[in-house]
Amino acid sequence: MNAPLLQVDDVSRRFGGLAAVSNVSFEVGRGEIVGLIGPNGAGKSTLFNLIAGALPPSSGRILFEGEDVTALAAPDRCRRGIGRTFQVVKSFDSMSVLDNVVVGALVRHPHAAAARRKAAEVLDFAGLAPRAASPAGDLTPPEKRRLEVARALATEPKLLLLDEVMTGLTPAEAQKGVELVRKVRETGVTVLMVEHVMEIVMPLVDRAFVLHLGRELAHGKPADVAADPGVISAYLGDRRRAS
Amino acid sequence: MASQALSAPLAATTAAHDGRRRRELIAFAILLAAFAVLPHLVKDVYAQNVIVLTLMYAALSQSWNILGGYCGQISLGHALYFGTGAYATSLLYTKFGVIPWFGMIVGGVIAAAIALVLGYQLFRLAGHYFAIATIVIAEAGLLLVHNWDWAGAATGIQWPFVPDSWLTFQFGRDKLPYIYFALGLFAATWLVTFAIEGSRWGYWWRAVKDNADAAESLGVKIFKSKMAAAAVSAFFTAVGGAFYACFVQYIDPDSVMAFKFSLLMALPAVLGGIGTLWGPVVGAVILIPLMETTSSYLGGTGRGIDLIVYGLLVMVVALARPEGIVSLFSRRKAPKA
Repeated sequence: MNAPLLQVDDVSRRFGGLAAVSNVSFEVGRGEIVGLIGPNGAGKSTLFNLIAGALPPSSGRILFEGEDVTALAAPDRCRRGIGRTFQVVKSFDSMSVLDNVVVGALVRHPHAAAARRKAAEVLDFAGLAPRAASPAGDLTPPEKRRLEVARALATEPKLLLLDEVMTGLTPAEAQKGVELVRKVRETGVTVLMVEHVMEIVMPLVDRAFVLHLGRELAHGKPADVAADPGVISAYLGDRRRAS
Repeated sequence: MASQALSAPLAATTAAHDGRRRRELIAFAILLAAFAVLPHLVKDVYAQNVIVLTLMYAALSQSWNILGGYCGQISLGHALYFGTGAYATSLLYTKFGVIPWFGMIVGGVIAAAIALVLGYQLFRLAGHYFAIATIVIAEAGLLLVHNWDWAGAATGIQWPFVPDSWLTFQFGRDKLPYIYFALGLFAATWLVTFAIEGSRWGYWWRAVKDNADAAESLGVKIFKSKMAAAAVSAFFTAVGGAFYACFVQYIDPDSVMAFKFSLLMALPAVLGGIGTLWGPVVGAVILIPLMETTSSYLGGTGRGIDLIVYGLLVMVVALARPEGIVSLFSRRKAPKA
């Protein structure tokens, strides 16, 4: 069990002539919160899809708990313990909030009654209890983001991939989101999060990995990464000048 | 968070869910009882005919709804499975003397097998392309049977006249046995749908319908889900087709495999509420008597007018209440949420 939870080993993904992700390698250890950051078009979401199994890599390997999962499709990776959210929320809008989460819970609880029970616990944990009976389509955008997290948590993941869950939230809502992520980590779940809003990611994560034009630009402690001249010019530079 | 107590709103939601399931079963029992009594009050043969057809289409539409409504795979080629059931039963009975009870099961199994073979190819297609492919394949099936001499080709198959018997499921004048069988078939499809709704398959299929990418990320196997829904749906559709053959005692390709039947299976569900437990039966109870009366008033001259009538009906529902008629009832309870 000494292998890191997730190892991304020299992974590339091309779309036709465009190299969205090129020779990226990094690791995520158990219990960490790792931030995956980078400007728009850096390849963050593609890398996420490669890890979750929504896309196959053009080359390279993905290892989970030391085992090669590169050939596994998304549902099987979910079974292994990789849960994810989507940048553009994908709720099941014809179903109630509770039923949305039940779908996730069924992976580990084949009996619907047990899955409903599990889903209800997760909704309590995620702070969505008052909305449990509402159709998912009626939720506000921040609630929908919360539902995405709850649904992924219901699959009882070892690694939770959060794709821009704070985007579009007000500072107060984002603060609640940060609290939820911290609470998730306390239950023993490892978190890898793509985030745009630097002010939110940097205090939250243990390590940051910066992607730029599909390649690794820097990685390390948030403070070191934020001070890296390459990162500043590629990403933080504009923001510093603006503020 | 192993088994701590749930918060009040969630405990209430969970209890409400169990209560709703119980009430649905009670409502279903009342509906069955009403249909069981109805033919004893309405003795007119023509009216009893309409009851048979209404129950049959309620069952067929409920079967169609399993794939089209719950799993979101809109098939407009279910006439293929209907015809498979009708032809399997008729051929086994007239050529080999196999009783229709057995033929029904054989027809259902063959139809499910066909659905799996077709699904293996067709479930690569999404949305409209899937629907179009189902139409084309059902039409191809119709043409094949048209030219299949051993199965009577375009002339069809006439069942021999035999004395009334439960064994051969043949009754010359008495409609009651057919009403009860159709009621039983409807009950079976309703109960299967009810069970599916409460099981993991129901959750998976609705998830596949709403958002396939999200479903996959939650461990749902999309292809397997669609295949399972297609097989269950085709099986019951074929049993319905087998029943229809027993009922009319004469079939030809156009009377069991025409495109019209594919529409007639989809329409009640669409009208009543697609992907709902009660939609198909509500739709059938409105649509089928309406269709039967319009086509009998208009007689042979009005061929196709009945189709225009429910085309209009569907347009009205699509504009005024796209969720179907049953959503009128659920809307009333909604504000508390």
